[in-house]
Amino acid sequence: MDIINIIGTDDIPSVILDAANGKFEMSGRSLPEDVSAFYKPILDWMDKYSESANPKTVFDFKLTYFNTASSKIILDILMKLEAISNDGKEVLIKWHFPAEDEDMEEAGEEYSEIVDVPFEKVKY
Amino acid sequence: MNKITTIRGFLDFIYSKDYAPVESQISLIYEGEITHQIMKAFTSMTETSLGKNEESSSVSKKVFSVMVECLQNIGKHADAENVIEPEIKRGIFLICKSEDNYNVITGNFIDHSKLEGLKHLLENINTLNKEGLKELYKNKIKVATISEKGGAGLGFIDIARKTGEKLIYDFIPVTENTSFFILKSTVSRNSLN
Repeated sequence: MDIINIIGTDDIPSVILDAANGKFEMSGRSLPEDVSAFYKPILDWMDKYSESANPKTVFDFKLTYFNTASSKIILDILMKLEAISNDGKEVLIKWHFPAEDEDMEEAGEEYSEIVDVPFEKVKY
Repeated sequence: MNKITTIRGFLDFIYSKDYAPVESQISLIYEGEITHQIMKAFTSMTETSLGKNEESSSVSKKVFSVMVECLQNIGKHADAENVIEPEIKRGIFLICKSEDNYNVITGNFIDHSKLEGLKHLLENINTLNKEGLKELYKNKIKVATISEKGGAGLGFIDIARKTGEKLIYDFIPVTENTSFFILKSTVSRNSLN
């Protein structure tokens, strides 16, 4: 599969999706000008990946901020991971949040309540 | 009285209606088109200035997030006073600091066709406590779709949740078909929530 490697800026996150090396990560800030256009290739990649997912997928979220439009898309990504998990593959979501950022911690907690997939919160 | 859609009229309004204490320091006031670039410039300026004032990272992050949602709301949803330039999203944006709070106050045109829906949403948000807002957010994010304008319809709920304060707002009729929508979001400088 193709590798997605996006270098983040002040309004888009860094994204690495590399099935061969088992690296799945989103980090930084997400408030893109056009949220649908930015995330479309990522969602398409996830759809393709889910057709032949690795036996184990560990997806790291290390976001420091995302706007509400991005929050919906992040849920879409999580739901795609949930579907992979429902197919009998092992999936683990690691939600990293800064120690003093209760909003980001709570956001992770809420996602874990909405999707049914192993979810680990990691304070840093 | 100066027209509400001008900076003069806007300031008259917010001071006379107690949206902001007269002694508060305005760090930014702007009237004009709100684009993504302008949003980025304003949030970046404000982050720098909050950093210089040594505000806690929690307060800074809340101010940042309220600014993003408010400015994107205008940039995506503001209507025009007349239909000649419907694509240009204009509004007034103000951020000021008082002893206890940062206030983010915005103003933009809204068509009367959308007024009732917006009023209903804001009234509903203001009746809810922390838990109620969390439930509303969770229920809405599950069914939300990204609109053509690029929003998820979650901005006001998010502002209410992050600030822990009621949304203060008014609608001032301007023309037969439009009103000026004024919204104040308050971030407490002593915020521990």
